[in-house]
Amino acid sequence: MRDTEETLPNPVRPAFETPSTEDGVIVNIGPSHPATHGTLQIIAELSGEKVVRADVHCGYLHRGFEKECEAHTWHTLIPYVDRLNYCSALINDFAYCDAVETLMGVEITPRTRYLRTLLSEYSRIADHMTCIAASVMELGAMTAFLYLMTIRDWIYEHLADLTGARVTYSYGRIGGLAHDLPDGWLKRLEEILDEYEEYIGRIHGLMDRNRIFIDRTRDVGVISTKDAIHWGFTGPILRSTGAPRDLRRDTPYLAYGELDFEVPVGINGDNYDRYYVRMREMDESVYMIRQLIEMLPEGPINVDDRRCTLPEKERVYTEIESLINHFKLVIDGPQVPAGEVYRAHEAANGELGFFLVSDGTGRPHKVHARAPSFVHMGGLHKLLEGYQFADIISTFGTVNMIGGECDR
Amino acid sequence: MNTELLERVRERLAGEGREAALAHGLLAVQLPRDALLDTVRVLKESFGFDLFLDVTAVDWPEREARFDVVFHFYSTRDHVRVRLKTAVTEVDPEVDSLVPLYGSAAFMERECHDMYGIRFRGNADLRPILLYEGFEGHPLRKDYPKDREQPLVRYRE
Repeated sequence: MRDTEETLPNPVRPAFETPSTEDGVIVNIGPSHPATHGTLQIIAELSGEKVVRADVHCGYLHRGFEKECEAHTWHTLIPYVDRLNYCSALINDFAYCDAVETLMGVEITPRTRYLRTLLSEYSRIADHMTCIAASVMELGAMTAFLYLMTIRDWIYEHLADLTGARVTYSYGRIGGLAHDLPDGWLKRLEEILDEYEEYIGRIHGLMDRNRIFIDRTRDVGVISTKDAIHWGFTGPILRSTGAPRDLRRDTPYLAYGELDFEVPVGINGDNYDRYYVRMREMDESVYMIRQLIEMLPEGPINVDDRRCTLPEKERVYTEIESLINHFKLVIDGPQVPAGEVYRAHEAANGELGFFLVSDGTGRPHKVHARAPSFVHMGGLHKLLEGYQFADIISTFGTVNMIGGECDR
Repeated sequence: MNTELLERVRERLAGEGREAALAHGLLAVQLPRDALLDTVRVLKESFGFDLFLDVTAVDWPEREARFDVVFHFYSTRDHVRVRLKTAVTEVDPEVDSLVPLYGSAAFMERECHDMYGIRFRGNADLRPILLYEGFEGHPLRKDYPKDREQPLVRYRE
């Protein structure tokens, strides 16, 4: 035990030592500020109201996700993966499962493939809604916020019907999914999609040509395609600069190769473009979900592979092989062959990649997530410098930083 | 996947102590750490790998060269990925920094330094990023004790 409280260093990082100019002022935002929707500190040096320098610190959320993964079997760490991005947890699940399946050489069933695609797109809508709702609310658009949150809550409840949990679903399984769709789920899905169109029309009406909204977002937080790539930006931020880079189109995975959809892009790479790209992407997601409902095949959810799929309960109770198989899978976990793999999915905010290293035992040697939000924080100062102090909040909103992704 | 391009990259990068192989549709290159910066420059300038995705380390405590430092790159033009891997020892865990080539490297190298203690030669800003000033040790190393007391985290019964 230490006895002197005074000797403990302050965990909150100090601001710049001195301003670089004579009239410079240094302002701390965060580490926990209501407008940063997460634990994040921005140390800004101001000249008048202009941001001259910005220093971004994002490491205030500590769960030790990667360390924790090393202490679990490949299956039981799925709840940790969920918590990377609570707005679209299903995409995290599926990207992780896809990486493990690639390493094991498991090919998922057609129904699982379509269902994962459908649920990824559904999660993307929920994630984009959270982002747009928060960023327009910060510019005073309370009505738009409430409309978007209404739809998002329907989606959350609907996903809770499917998975039994709210926000952290843990629905993916290596080689399949936890269970099939409940009765009537698809019918409710179609109802929500119809409601979505009605509500999103209202948002377009409220925001798109709103003088205040345009003045606050046009030519604010601008980044060029070249800079965006240099700073590692992916997803809607990269697309807002006019580069149609989308992993769903460029390196198709799951069922994306069979779908018809557009990759919306912006012109300027400013805050307005990021808002608009997200709005258009939600429309494309709805279009994709409608196609997927049409195409959804019947069939089993889990692959017939004893290395990763639990045997049916009936057989566990009657056959010794199945009983042992069940025990082995629950206690030792799936045995993943030694090797390394990197698999990336287009998550709502950009490229979500999993780098897995297996040493051939039942537990991962290393699980590393290449999370988009963490990389975006590395280039955030480029979006802030040169603009007004008040623009920090709206620019930060359109980047959609998720605290869980900034954690290792 | 653009296998033809990957074959060309592979031919170009093989030799000089570098070993290149295709695994799970992705080119993986094992190289000595002195060749890192030159190899990355070739990848960026001749083959268009313009997006630096990720750097991380893998700890193998029983191995002589204890850490693998792993880099991932992506080409936004050809839509292919490549992985570079170089081994460093525990006493001298230093590799060249990629900051001169990619801005995104600055933040990710800080993370790798914070978690594993890998030093990046040429990155002037290796302040802690996820941990705080005064944190002792590197938590993602395999030999970091989970119940270790830290200046701000006391031992709890």
